[in-house]
Amino acid sequence: MDLSIAMTGFVALYVFMLAAFAGWVIIGHVPAILHTPLMSGSNFVHGIVVVGGLFALLNASTESEQGIGFFAVLLGAGNAAGGFAVTQRMLAMFQISGHKKPARRRSKAHHHAKA
Amino acid sequence: MFTQIPQLIIGAADLAAAFLFMYGLQRMSSPATAPSGIMVAGFGMLAAVLASFLYVFSVGAAAQSHLGVNISLAVIALAVGGGGAWWSGRKVAMTAMPQMVALYNGMGGGAAGAIAAVELFGAKTHGPTQLGVTLLGALIGAVSLSGSLVAWAKLQGVIKKPLRVKGQQAINAAVMAATIAVGGCVIAGTLGGASLLLATPTWILLFFAGALVFGVLMTLPIGGADMPVVISIYNSLTGLAVGLEGFVLQNPALMIAGMVVGAAGLLLTLLMAKAMNRSVANVVFTNFGDAPKHAQGAIQGSLRPVEASDAGIAMRYAGKVIIVPGYGLAAAQAQQKLYEFVKLLQAAKVDVKFAVHPVAGRMPGQMDVLLAEAGVPYDLIFQLEDINDDFAAADVALVIGANDVVNPAARTDKSSPIYGMPILNADKAKQVYVVKRGEGKGYAGIQNALFYGDNCNMVYGDAQAVLVKMIEAVRDLGLAAAA
Repeated sequence: MDLSIAMTGFVALYVFMLAAFAGWVIIGHVPAILHTPLMSGSNFVHGIVVVGGLFALLNASTESEQGIGFFAVLLGAGNAAGGFAVTQRMLAMFQISGHKKPARRRSKAHHHAKA
Repeated sequence: MFTQIPQLIIGAADLAAAFLFMYGLQRMSSPATAPSGIMVAGFGMLAAVLASFLYVFSVGAAAQSHLGVNISLAVIALAVGGGGAWWSGRKVAMTAMPQMVALYNGMGGGAAGAIAAVELFGAKTHGPTQLGVTLLGALIGAVSLSGSLVAWAKLQGVIKKPLRVKGQQAINAAVMAATIAVGGCVIAGTLGGASLLLATPTWILLFFAGALVFGVLMTLPIGGADMPVVISIYNSLTGLAVGLEGFVLQNPALMIAGMVVGAAGLLLTLLMAKAMNRSVANVVFTNFGDAPKHAQGAIQGSLRPVEASDAGIAMRYAGKVIIVPGYGLAAAQAQQKLYEFVKLLQAAKVDVKFAVHPVAGRMPGQMDVLLAEAGVPYDLIFQLEDINDDFAAADVALVIGANDVVNPAARTDKSSPIYGMPILNADKAKQVYVVKRGEGKGYAGIQNALFYGDNCNMVYGDAQAVLVKMIEAVRDLGLAAAA
Protein backbone atom coordinates (compact mmCIF):
# COMPACT_ATOMS: atom_id res chain seq x y z
CA MET A 1 0.00 0.00 0.00
CA ASP A 2 1.30 3.41 -0.87
CA LEU A 3 0.97 5.73 2.08
CA SER A 4 2.85 8.71 0.74
CA ILE A 5 0.98 11.96 0.43
CA ALA A 6 1.73 14.20 -2.50
CA MET A 7 0.20 17.64 -2.14
CA THR A 8 1.61 19.53 -5.02
CA GLY A 9 0.32 22.04 -7.50
CA PHE A 10 -3.39 21.95 -8.01
CA VAL A 11 -4.03 19.23 -5.42
CA ALA A 12 -2.74 21.60 -2.74
CA LEU A 13 -4.85 24.43 -4.10
CA TYR A 14 -7.95 22.23 -4.04
CA VAL A 15 -7.27 21.29 -0.41
CA PHE A 16 -6.78 24.94 0.51
CA MET A 17 -9.92 26.00 -1.31
CA LEU A 18 -12.14 23.33 0.22
CA ALA A 19 -10.75 23.92 3.72
CA ALA A 20 -11.25 27.67 3.44
CA PHE A 21 -14.78 27.18 2.22
CA ALA A 22 -15.58 24.71 5.01
CA GLY A 23 -14.13 27.13 7.58
CA TRP A 24 -16.16 30.02 6.22
CA VAL A 25 -19.43 28.04 6.28
CA ILE A 26 -18.86 26.43 9.69
CA ILE A 27 -17.88 29.70 11.36
CA GLY A 28 -20.76 31.52 9.69
CA HIS A 29 -23.12 29.40 11.78
CA VAL A 30 -21.58 30.34 15.11
CA PRO A 31 -23.78 32.86 17.00
CA ALA A 32 -22.24 36.21 17.97
CA ILE A 33 -22.59 35.36 21.66
CA LEU A 34 -19.86 32.71 21.22
CA HIS A 35 -17.45 34.85 19.21
CA THR A 36 -14.80 35.03 21.94
CA PRO A 37 -14.67 31.27 22.58
CA LEU A 38 -14.84 30.78 18.83
CA MET A 39 -11.78 32.95 18.40
CA SER A 40 -9.82 31.21 21.14
CA GLY A 41 -11.08 27.86 19.84
CA SER A 42 -9.92 28.51 16.28
CA ASN A 43 -6.74 29.85 17.86
CA PHE A 44 -6.39 26.43 19.52
CA VAL A 45 -6.96 24.69 16.17
CA HIS A 46 -3.99 26.38 14.53
CA GLY A 47 -1.98 25.10 17.48
CA ILE A 48 -1.69 21.97 15.30
CA VAL A 49 1.45 23.76 14.10
CA VAL A 50 3.13 21.99 17.04
CA VAL A 51 3.04 18.80 14.93
CA GLY A 52 5.09 20.56 12.24
CA GLY A 53 7.45 21.73 14.95
CA LEU A 54 7.86 18.17 16.23
CA PHE A 55 8.63 16.98 12.71
CA ALA A 56 11.28 19.68 12.32
CA LEU A 57 12.80 19.04 15.74
CA LEU A 58 12.94 15.24 15.43
CA ASN A 59 14.63 15.60 12.05
CA ALA A 60 17.12 18.19 13.28
CA SER A 61 20.75 17.35 12.58
CA THR A 62 22.55 20.54 13.60
CA GLU A 63 22.55 22.58 16.77
CA SER A 64 20.83 25.54 15.14
CA GLU A 65 18.10 23.25 13.78
CA GLN A 66 17.66 21.77 17.23
CA GLY A 67 17.42 25.25 18.73
CA ILE A 68 14.89 26.56 16.23
CA GLY A 69 12.94 23.31 16.30
CA PHE A 70 12.79 23.44 20.10
CA PHE A 71 11.50 27.02 19.84
CA ALA A 72 8.84 25.90 17.33
CA VAL A 73 7.58 23.07 19.57
CA LEU A 74 7.67 25.31 22.66
CA LEU A 75 5.54 28.01 21.00
CA GLY A 76 3.26 25.57 19.20
CA ALA A 77 2.57 23.64 22.40
CA GLY A 78 1.83 26.92 24.18
CA ASN A 79 -0.59 27.90 21.43
CA ALA A 80 -2.43 24.57 21.58
CA ALA A 81 -2.54 24.08 25.36
CA GLY A 82 -3.36 27.69 26.17
CA GLY A 83 -6.01 27.95 23.49
CA PHE A 84 -7.68 24.79 24.74
CA ALA A 85 -7.57 25.80 28.41
CA VAL A 86 -9.20 29.20 27.95
CA THR A 87 -11.79 28.00 25.45
CA GLN A 88 -12.88 25.13 27.65
CA ARG A 89 -13.10 27.46 30.67
CA MET A 90 -15.20 30.02 28.84
CA LEU A 91 -17.60 27.54 27.28
CA ALA A 92 -18.29 25.92 30.65
CA MET A 93 -19.62 29.28 31.85
CA PHE A 94 -22.46 29.60 29.36
CA GLN A 95 -25.66 28.48 31.06
CA ILE A 96 -29.33 28.81 30.27
CA SER A 97 -31.91 30.16 32.77
CA GLY A 98 -32.41 27.90 35.78
CA HIS A 99 -28.99 26.25 35.17
CA LYS A 100 -30.74 23.47 33.28
CA LYS A 101 -27.88 22.04 31.32
CA PRO A 102 -28.62 18.95 29.22
CA ALA A 103 -28.85 16.13 31.76
CA ARG A 104 -26.03 14.03 30.41
CA ARG A 105 -23.55 16.85 30.74
CA ARG A 106 -24.72 18.32 34.00
CA SER A 107 -22.25 16.68 36.37
CA LYS A 108 -19.32 17.55 34.14
CA ALA A 109 -20.34 21.17 33.61
CA HIS A 110 -20.86 21.51 37.33
CA HIS A 111 -17.41 20.14 37.96
CA HIS A 112 -15.80 22.59 35.54
CA ALA A 113 -17.65 25.50 36.97
CA LYS A 114 -16.14 24.71 40.35
CA ALA A 115 -12.62 24.11 39.06
CA MET B 1 5.94 -3.79 5.34
CA PHE B 2 6.45 -3.11 9.05
CA THR B 3 8.28 0.09 8.30
CA GLN B 4 5.00 1.44 6.95
CA ILE B 5 3.10 0.99 10.20
CA PRO B 6 4.30 4.21 11.91
CA GLN B 7 3.56 6.12 8.74
CA LEU B 8 0.08 4.61 8.62
CA ILE B 9 -0.63 5.61 12.22
CA ILE B 10 0.62 9.17 11.69
CA GLY B 11 -1.50 9.51 8.58
CA ALA B 12 -4.61 8.17 10.32
CA ALA B 13 -4.09 10.35 13.41
CA ASP B 14 -3.66 13.49 11.29
CA LEU B 15 -6.75 12.64 9.28
CA ALA B 16 -8.74 12.10 12.48
CA ALA B 17 -7.44 15.41 13.87
CA ALA B 18 -8.49 17.33 10.76
CA PHE B 19 -11.97 15.83 10.97
CA LEU B 20 -12.34 16.37 14.73
CA PHE B 21 -11.26 20.03 14.44
CA MET B 22 -13.98 20.76 11.91
CA TYR B 23 -16.56 18.71 13.77
CA GLY B 24 -15.62 20.46 17.03
CA LEU B 25 -15.91 23.92 15.47
CA GLN B 26 -19.22 22.91 13.94
CA ARG B 27 -20.54 22.07 17.42
CA MET B 28 -19.84 25.67 18.44
CA SER B 29 -23.01 26.71 16.61
CA SER B 30 -24.86 26.63 19.97
CA PRO B 31 -23.81 27.35 23.57
CA ALA B 32 -25.37 24.01 24.55
CA THR B 33 -23.19 21.86 22.28
CA ALA B 34 -20.07 24.06 22.26
CA PRO B 35 -18.40 22.58 25.42
CA SER B 36 -18.37 19.14 23.82
CA GLY B 37 -17.03 20.70 20.61
CA ILE B 38 -13.82 21.91 22.21
CA MET B 39 -13.34 18.53 23.93
CA VAL B 40 -13.69 16.76 20.59
CA ALA B 41 -11.14 19.09 18.99
CA GLY B 42 -8.87 18.54 21.99
CA PHE B 43 -8.84 14.77 21.45
CA GLY B 44 -7.91 15.40 17.81
CA MET B 45 -4.95 17.52 18.90
CA LEU B 46 -3.81 14.94 21.45
CA ALA B 47 -3.92 12.15 18.87
CA ALA B 48 -1.96 14.17 16.30
CA VAL B 49 0.72 15.23 18.81
CA LEU B 50 1.24 11.72 20.22
CA ALA B 51 1.33 10.17 16.75
CA SER B 52 3.93 12.66 15.55
CA PHE B 53 6.49 11.01 17.86
CA LEU B 54 6.38 8.11 15.40
CA TYR B 55 8.40 10.34 13.06
CA VAL B 56 11.42 8.91 14.92
CA PHE B 57 11.11 5.79 12.76
CA SER B 58 11.57 7.71 9.55
CA VAL B 59 14.16 10.41 10.31
CA GLY B 60 16.92 11.02 7.79
CA ALA B 61 20.39 9.53 8.17
CA ALA B 62 21.89 12.84 9.32
CA ALA B 63 19.46 13.11 12.23
CA GLN B 64 19.82 9.51 13.42
CA SER B 65 22.70 10.21 15.80
CA HIS B 66 20.84 13.17 17.34
CA LEU B 67 17.63 11.28 17.91
CA GLY B 68 17.98 10.80 21.67
CA VAL B 69 18.69 14.48 22.24
CA ASN B 70 15.93 15.53 19.87
CA ILE B 71 13.31 13.39 21.60
CA SER B 72 14.32 14.79 24.99
CA LEU B 73 14.15 18.33 23.63
CA ALA B 74 10.70 17.64 22.18
CA VAL B 75 9.38 16.33 25.48
CA ILE B 76 10.84 19.28 27.40
CA ALA B 77 9.43 21.80 24.90
CA LEU B 78 5.98 20.20 25.04
CA ALA B 79 6.01 20.10 28.84
CA VAL B 80 7.31 23.65 29.35
CA GLY B 81 5.38 25.36 26.54
CA GLY B 82 2.20 23.36 26.97
CA GLY B 83 2.32 23.28 30.77
CA GLY B 84 3.07 26.98 31.12
CA ALA B 85 0.33 28.01 28.74
CA TRP B 86 -2.14 25.60 30.33
CA TRP B 87 -1.40 27.00 33.77
CA SER B 88 -1.75 30.61 32.60
CA GLY B 89 -4.92 29.75 30.70
CA ARG B 90 -6.59 28.25 33.77
CA LYS B 91 -5.59 31.20 35.92
CA VAL B 92 -6.17 34.24 33.71
CA ALA B 93 -9.05 36.58 34.63
CA MET B 94 -11.89 36.66 32.11
CA THR B 95 -11.39 40.40 31.70
CA ALA B 96 -7.81 39.69 30.52
CA MET B 97 -8.93 37.20 27.88
CA PRO B 98 -8.22 39.44 24.83
CA GLN B 99 -4.53 39.81 25.64
CA MET B 100 -4.24 36.10 26.48
CA VAL B 101 -5.71 35.09 23.13
CA ALA B 102 -3.39 37.57 21.40
CA LEU B 103 -0.43 35.97 23.18
CA TYR B 104 -1.35 32.37 22.27
CA ASN B 105 -1.98 33.53 18.74
CA GLY B 106 1.47 35.12 18.52
CA MET B 107 2.98 31.85 19.72
CA GLY B 108 1.31 29.99 16.84
CA GLY B 109 2.65 32.53 14.36
CA GLY B 110 6.11 32.22 15.89
CA ALA B 111 5.99 28.43 15.62
CA ALA B 112 5.05 28.65 11.93
CA GLY B 113 7.91 31.12 11.39
CA ALA B 114 10.35 28.83 13.22
CA ILE B 115 9.37 25.84 11.07
CA ALA B 116 10.00 27.97 8.00
CA ALA B 117 13.37 28.99 9.46
CA VAL B 118 14.43 25.33 9.85
CA GLU B 119 13.49 24.71 6.22
CA LEU B 120 15.24 27.84 4.96
CA PHE B 121 18.48 27.55 6.95
CA GLY B 122 18.73 23.85 6.13
CA ALA B 123 18.01 24.59 2.44
CA LYS B 124 15.56 21.69 2.65
CA THR B 125 13.00 23.09 0.27
CA HIS B 126 13.07 22.19 -3.37
CA GLY B 127 11.97 24.26 -6.30
CA PRO B 128 10.85 27.86 -6.54
CA THR B 129 7.20 27.17 -5.63
CA GLN B 130 7.97 25.45 -2.35
CA LEU B 131 10.59 28.05 -1.49
CA GLY B 132 8.20 30.88 -2.27
CA VAL B 133 5.47 29.33 -0.11
CA THR B 134 7.95 28.79 2.74
CA LEU B 135 8.96 32.44 2.59
CA LEU B 136 5.36 33.64 2.43
CA GLY B 137 4.46 31.50 5.45
CA ALA B 138 7.55 32.79 7.27
CA LEU B 139 6.62 36.39 6.48
CA ILE B 140 3.03 36.02 7.66
CA GLY B 141 3.97 33.99 10.73
CA ALA B 142 6.63 36.50 11.82
CA VAL B 143 4.32 39.49 11.27
CA SER B 144 1.66 37.69 13.30
CA LEU B 145 4.16 36.96 16.09
CA SER B 146 5.45 40.50 16.58
CA GLY B 147 2.07 42.09 15.82
CA SER B 148 0.29 39.90 18.35
CA LEU B 149 2.92 40.69 20.97
CA VAL B 150 2.37 44.42 20.45
CA ALA B 151 -1.40 43.85 20.65
CA TRP B 152 -0.82 41.96 23.90
CA ALA B 153 1.30 44.80 25.28
CA LYS B 154 -1.40 47.34 24.41
CA LEU B 155 -4.23 45.30 25.92
CA GLN B 156 -2.16 44.54 29.01
CA GLY B 157 -1.47 48.25 29.42
CA VAL B 158 2.30 47.88 28.91
CA ILE B 159 2.01 50.23 25.93
CA LYS B 160 -0.43 52.92 26.95
CA LYS B 161 -0.89 55.18 23.93
CA PRO B 162 -1.13 54.45 20.23
CA LEU B 163 2.25 55.45 18.79
CA ARG B 164 1.84 57.54 15.68
CA VAL B 165 4.42 59.33 13.59
CA LYS B 166 4.13 61.30 10.38
CA GLY B 167 4.48 59.25 7.22
CA GLN B 168 3.93 56.03 9.11
CA GLN B 169 2.31 54.34 6.15
CA ALA B 170 5.19 55.25 3.86
CA ILE B 171 7.61 53.78 6.40
CA ASN B 172 5.54 50.60 6.71
CA ALA B 173 5.33 50.23 2.94
CA ALA B 174 9.10 50.71 2.65
CA VAL B 175 9.79 48.07 5.32
CA MET B 176 7.47 45.63 3.57
CA ALA B 177 9.02 46.29 0.16
CA ALA B 178 12.52 45.86 1.57
CA THR B 179 11.50 42.60 3.27
CA ILE B 180 10.08 41.24 0.03
CA ALA B 181 13.25 42.28 -1.82
CA VAL B 182 15.34 40.46 0.79
CA GLY B 183 13.08 37.45 0.25
CA GLY B 184 14.01 37.63 -3.44
CA CYS B 185 17.70 37.49 -2.48
CA VAL B 186 16.99 34.44 -0.29
CA ILE B 187 15.38 32.69 -3.26
CA ALA B 188 18.20 33.64 -5.59
CA GLY B 189 20.82 32.53 -3.08
CA THR B 190 19.12 29.22 -2.29
CA LEU B 191 18.27 28.23 -5.85
CA GLY B 192 21.26 29.66 -7.69
CA GLY B 193 23.78 28.81 -5.03
CA ALA B 194 25.44 32.14 -5.72
CA SER B 195 25.46 34.62 -2.87
CA LEU B 196 24.44 38.16 -3.63
CA LEU B 197 26.53 40.53 -1.50
CA LEU B 198 25.76 38.63 1.67
CA ALA B 199 25.67 34.93 2.51
CA THR B 200 22.22 33.35 2.19
CA PRO B 201 21.78 32.72 5.97
CA THR B 202 22.36 36.43 6.56
CA TRP B 203 19.67 37.28 4.03
CA ILE B 204 17.32 34.86 5.80
CA LEU B 205 18.00 36.59 9.12
CA LEU B 206 17.37 39.99 7.52
CA PHE B 207 14.14 38.64 6.06
CA PHE B 208 12.84 37.59 9.47
CA ALA B 209 13.99 40.86 11.03
CA GLY B 210 12.12 42.85 8.39
CA ALA B 211 8.94 40.83 8.89
CA LEU B 212 9.09 41.21 12.68
CA VAL B 213 9.68 44.96 12.44
CA PHE B 214 6.76 45.29 10.04
CA GLY B 215 4.42 43.53 12.48
CA VAL B 216 5.43 45.93 15.24
CA LEU B 217 5.08 49.05 13.06
CA MET B 218 1.73 47.96 11.71
CA THR B 219 0.21 47.39 15.16
CA LEU B 220 1.66 50.31 17.14
CA PRO B 221 -0.64 53.04 15.75
CA ILE B 222 -3.87 51.08 16.25
CA GLY B 223 -6.04 52.18 19.16
CA GLY B 224 -7.59 50.08 21.92
CA ALA B 225 -11.18 50.03 20.66
CA ASP B 226 -10.02 48.69 17.28
CA MET B 227 -8.50 45.64 18.96
CA PRO B 228 -11.42 43.30 18.07
CA VAL B 229 -10.49 43.74 14.43
CA VAL B 230 -6.75 43.47 15.02
CA ILE B 231 -7.02 40.25 17.04
CA SER B 232 -9.23 38.74 14.34
CA ILE B 233 -6.73 39.69 11.64
CA TYR B 234 -3.78 38.12 13.44
CA ASN B 235 -5.79 34.99 14.19
CA SER B 236 -6.52 34.72 10.49
CA LEU B 237 -2.89 35.40 9.53
CA THR B 238 -1.51 32.77 11.90
CA GLY B 239 -3.94 30.24 10.43
CA LEU B 240 -2.74 31.15 6.95
CA ALA B 241 0.93 30.81 7.95
CA VAL B 242 0.27 27.40 9.52
CA GLY B 243 -1.55 26.27 6.38
CA LEU B 244 1.32 27.38 4.15
CA GLU B 245 3.96 25.66 6.28
CA GLY B 246 1.71 22.57 6.21
CA PHE B 247 2.08 22.62 2.43
CA VAL B 248 5.85 22.90 2.76
CA LEU B 249 5.97 19.93 5.17
CA GLN B 250 3.42 18.07 3.02
CA ASN B 251 1.16 17.68 6.05
CA PRO B 252 -2.52 17.95 5.06
CA ALA B 253 -3.70 18.24 8.69
CA LEU B 254 -1.76 21.50 9.04
CA MET B 255 -2.97 22.68 5.64
CA ILE B 256 -6.62 22.05 6.47
CA ALA B 257 -6.58 23.30 10.06
CA GLY B 258 -4.61 26.40 9.08
CA MET B 259 -6.83 27.28 6.18
CA VAL B 260 -10.06 26.69 8.16
CA VAL B 261 -8.82 29.15 10.79
CA GLY B 262 -7.60 31.55 8.12
CA ALA B 263 -11.07 31.69 6.58
CA ALA B 264 -12.76 31.85 9.98
CA GLY B 265 -10.57 34.76 11.06
CA LEU B 266 -11.28 36.57 7.82
CA LEU B 267 -15.03 36.17 8.32
CA LEU B 268 -14.84 37.49 11.89
CA THR B 269 -12.64 40.38 10.78
CA LEU B 270 -15.19 41.42 8.17
CA LEU B 271 -18.05 41.08 10.69
CA MET B 272 -16.24 43.34 13.16
CA ALA B 273 -15.42 45.91 10.53
CA LYS B 274 -19.04 45.89 9.38
CA ALA B 275 -20.21 46.41 12.96
CA MET B 276 -18.14 49.61 12.98
CA ASN B 277 -19.21 50.60 9.48
CA ARG B 278 -15.57 50.82 8.47
CA SER B 279 -13.46 48.87 6.04
CA VAL B 280 -10.68 46.64 7.34
CA ALA B 281 -8.18 48.87 5.53
CA ASN B 282 -9.64 51.86 7.33
CA VAL B 283 -9.09 50.21 10.71
CA VAL B 284 -5.52 49.19 9.95
CA PHE B 285 -4.29 52.18 7.98
CA THR B 286 -6.03 55.24 9.37
CA ASN B 287 -5.51 56.77 12.74
CA PHE B 288 -9.05 56.78 13.99
CA GLY B 289 -9.88 59.58 16.38
CA ASP B 290 -6.98 61.60 15.03
CA ALA B 291 -9.09 62.85 12.16
CA PRO B 292 -9.21 66.62 11.89
CA LYS B 293 -11.81 67.81 14.34
CA HIS B 294 -14.87 68.88 12.48
CA ALA B 295 -17.03 71.61 13.87
CA GLN B 296 -19.33 69.66 16.13
CA GLY B 297 -22.68 71.32 16.35
CA ALA B 298 -23.18 72.37 19.93
CA ILE B 299 -25.43 69.79 21.51
CA GLN B 300 -28.56 71.24 23.06
CA GLY B 301 -29.40 70.50 26.67
CA SER B 302 -27.28 69.74 29.68
CA LEU B 303 -25.95 66.73 31.55
CA ARG B 304 -28.13 65.71 34.47
CA PRO B 305 -26.28 63.86 37.24
CA VAL B 306 -28.28 61.66 39.60
CA GLU B 307 -27.42 59.58 42.66
CA ALA B 308 -26.73 55.88 42.14
CA SER B 309 -29.27 54.96 44.84
CA ASP B 310 -32.03 56.94 43.07
CA ALA B 311 -31.20 55.25 39.78
CA GLY B 312 -31.32 51.83 41.46
CA ILE B 313 -34.71 52.52 43.02
CA ALA B 314 -36.10 53.81 39.70
CA MET B 315 -35.15 50.55 38.05
CA ARG B 316 -36.66 48.54 40.92
CA TYR B 317 -40.04 50.07 40.06
CA ALA B 318 -39.65 49.77 36.28
CA GLY B 319 -41.40 47.09 34.27
CA LYS B 320 -38.80 46.49 31.61
CA VAL B 321 -35.04 47.22 31.83
CA ILE B 322 -32.43 46.70 29.10
CA ILE B 323 -28.78 46.80 30.12
CA VAL B 324 -26.06 47.85 27.67
CA PRO B 325 -22.61 46.75 28.92
CA GLY B 326 -19.38 48.15 27.48
CA TYR B 327 -15.65 48.00 28.04
CA GLY B 328 -16.00 50.15 31.18
CA LEU B 329 -17.78 47.22 32.85
CA ALA B 330 -14.82 44.97 32.13
CA ALA B 331 -12.31 47.62 33.20
CA ALA B 332 -14.11 47.99 36.54
CA GLN B 333 -14.47 44.18 36.94
CA ALA B 334 -18.09 44.89 37.81
CA GLN B 335 -19.81 42.00 36.01
CA GLN B 336 -20.54 40.05 39.22
CA LYS B 337 -22.04 43.09 40.96
CA LEU B 338 -24.12 43.80 37.88
CA TYR B 339 -25.72 40.37 37.95
CA GLU B 340 -26.27 40.66 41.70
CA PHE B 341 -28.22 43.85 41.01
CA VAL B 342 -30.10 42.20 38.14
CA LYS B 343 -31.15 39.31 40.39
CA LEU B 344 -32.63 41.82 42.86
CA LEU B 345 -34.59 43.42 40.03
CA GLN B 346 -35.78 40.03 38.80
CA ALA B 347 -36.92 39.15 42.32
CA ALA B 348 -39.07 42.31 42.15
CA LYS B 349 -40.60 41.04 38.89
CA VAL B 350 -38.69 43.44 36.65
CA ASP B 351 -38.09 42.11 33.14
CA VAL B 352 -34.32 42.47 32.56
CA LYS B 353 -32.45 41.83 29.32
CA PHE B 354 -28.89 42.48 28.17
CA ALA B 355 -28.09 44.10 24.83
CA VAL B 356 -24.61 43.45 23.47
CA HIS B 357 -23.03 45.38 20.61
CA PRO B 358 -20.74 43.34 18.31
CA VAL B 359 -17.70 45.51 19.03
CA ALA B 360 -18.30 46.17 22.73
CA GLY B 361 -15.11 45.29 24.59
CA ARG B 362 -11.68 44.48 23.31
CA MET B 363 -12.43 41.34 21.34
CA PRO B 364 -15.51 40.00 19.54
CA GLY B 365 -18.02 38.71 22.07
CA GLN B 366 -16.04 39.74 25.15
CA MET B 367 -19.12 41.12 26.93
CA ASP B 368 -20.98 37.83 26.42
CA VAL B 369 -18.17 35.93 28.13
CA LEU B 370 -18.05 38.37 31.06
CA LEU B 371 -21.80 38.12 31.58
CA ALA B 372 -21.61 34.32 31.35
CA GLU B 373 -18.81 34.37 33.91
CA ALA B 374 -21.00 36.34 36.31
CA GLY B 375 -23.67 33.67 35.87
CA VAL B 376 -26.07 35.52 33.55
CA PRO B 377 -28.01 32.86 31.61
CA TYR B 378 -27.39 33.22 27.89
CA ASP B 379 -31.08 33.40 27.06
CA LEU B 380 -31.10 36.87 28.68
CA ILE B 381 -28.29 38.11 26.42
CA PHE B 382 -29.36 39.58 23.09
CA GLN B 383 -27.39 40.78 20.10
CA LEU B 384 -27.94 44.14 18.43
CA GLU B 385 -30.26 43.07 15.63
CA ASP B 386 -32.42 40.95 17.97
CA ILE B 387 -33.09 43.57 20.62
CA ASN B 388 -32.86 46.98 18.98
CA ASP B 389 -36.61 47.22 18.42
CA ASP B 390 -37.28 46.47 22.10
CA PHE B 391 -35.73 49.69 23.40
CA ALA B 392 -38.78 51.74 22.42
CA ALA B 393 -40.89 49.59 24.75
CA ALA B 394 -38.36 49.63 27.61
CA ASP B 395 -38.88 51.74 30.72
CA VAL B 396 -35.17 52.00 31.41
CA ALA B 397 -31.99 51.55 29.39
CA LEU B 398 -29.00 51.15 31.72
CA VAL B 399 -25.75 51.94 29.89
CA ILE B 400 -22.68 50.75 31.80
CA GLY B 401 -19.25 51.68 30.50
CA ALA B 402 -20.40 51.93 26.90
CA ASN B 403 -20.29 55.14 24.90
CA ASP B 404 -19.79 55.20 21.14
CA VAL B 405 -22.01 52.14 20.55
CA VAL B 406 -25.03 54.08 21.88
CA ASN B 407 -24.25 57.45 20.27
CA PRO B 408 -27.24 58.59 18.19
CA ALA B 409 -24.90 60.75 16.11
CA ALA B 410 -24.14 57.53 14.20
CA ARG B 411 -27.70 57.72 12.88
CA THR B 412 -28.03 61.41 12.18
CA ASP B 413 -24.75 63.34 12.03
CA LYS B 414 -23.18 62.82 8.60
CA SER B 415 -20.01 64.64 9.68
CA SER B 416 -19.45 62.33 12.64
CA PRO B 417 -16.58 59.82 12.36
CA ILE B 418 -18.94 57.07 13.50
CA TYR B 419 -21.75 58.01 11.09
CA GLY B 420 -23.38 54.88 9.69
CA MET B 421 -22.19 52.57 12.44
CA PRO B 422 -25.07 50.38 13.67
CA ILE B 423 -25.79 51.42 17.26
CA LEU B 424 -27.96 50.20 20.10
CA ASN B 425 -31.06 52.41 20.31
CA ALA B 426 -30.72 53.10 24.03
CA ASP B 427 -31.97 56.67 23.46
CA LYS B 428 -35.40 55.29 22.52
CA ALA B 429 -36.07 54.01 26.04
CA LYS B 430 -38.32 56.08 28.32
CA GLN B 431 -35.50 56.70 30.78
CA VAL B 432 -31.78 56.23 30.25
CA TYR B 433 -29.24 55.82 33.04
CA VAL B 434 -25.59 56.08 32.03
CA VAL B 435 -22.94 54.81 34.43
CA LYS B 436 -19.71 56.55 33.55
CA ARG B 437 -16.44 57.33 35.29
CA GLY B 438 -16.52 61.03 34.39
CA GLU B 439 -17.54 63.51 31.76
CA GLY B 440 -14.86 62.36 29.29
CA LYS B 441 -15.60 61.58 25.68
CA GLY B 442 -15.68 58.10 24.20
CA TYR B 443 -12.85 56.43 22.34
CA ALA B 444 -13.78 58.19 19.15
CA GLY B 445 -13.41 61.52 20.95
CA ILE B 446 -16.90 62.65 20.08
CA GLN B 447 -19.61 64.09 22.27
CA ASN B 448 -22.49 61.73 22.85
CA ALA B 449 -25.86 63.32 22.13
CA LEU B 450 -27.52 60.54 24.14
CA PHE B 451 -26.14 61.99 27.37
CA TYR B 452 -27.79 65.36 26.68
CA GLY B 453 -31.22 63.92 25.95
CA ASP B 454 -34.23 64.88 28.08
CA ASN B 455 -34.65 61.25 29.14
CA CYS B 456 -31.02 60.75 30.16
CA ASN B 457 -29.53 60.68 33.66
CA MET B 458 -25.82 60.44 34.38
CA VAL B 459 -24.56 58.32 37.26
CA TYR B 460 -20.90 59.22 37.74
CA GLY B 461 -18.47 56.83 39.35
CA ASP B 462 -16.63 53.55 39.00
CA ALA B 463 -19.09 50.93 37.72
CA GLN B 464 -18.37 48.60 40.64
CA ALA B 465 -18.92 51.30 43.30
CA VAL B 466 -22.07 52.55 41.57
CA LEU B 467 -23.56 49.06 41.42
CA VAL B 468 -22.82 48.47 45.11
CA LYS B 469 -24.79 51.63 45.92
CA MET B 470 -27.66 50.56 43.66
CA ILE B 471 -27.77 47.12 45.30
CA GLU B 472 -27.82 48.68 48.79
CA ALA B 473 -30.60 51.07 47.85
CA VAL B 474 -32.84 48.32 46.46
CA ARG B 475 -32.09 46.01 49.43
CA ASP B 476 -32.93 48.76 51.95
CA LEU B 477 -36.19 49.28 50.11
CA GLY B 478 -37.04 45.61 50.53
CA LEU B 479 -36.15 45.73 54.24
CA ALA B 480 -38.25 48.87 54.78
CA ALA B 481 -41.22 47.19 53.09
CA ALA B 482 -40.82 44.09 55.26
CA ALA B 483 -40.58 46.10 58.50
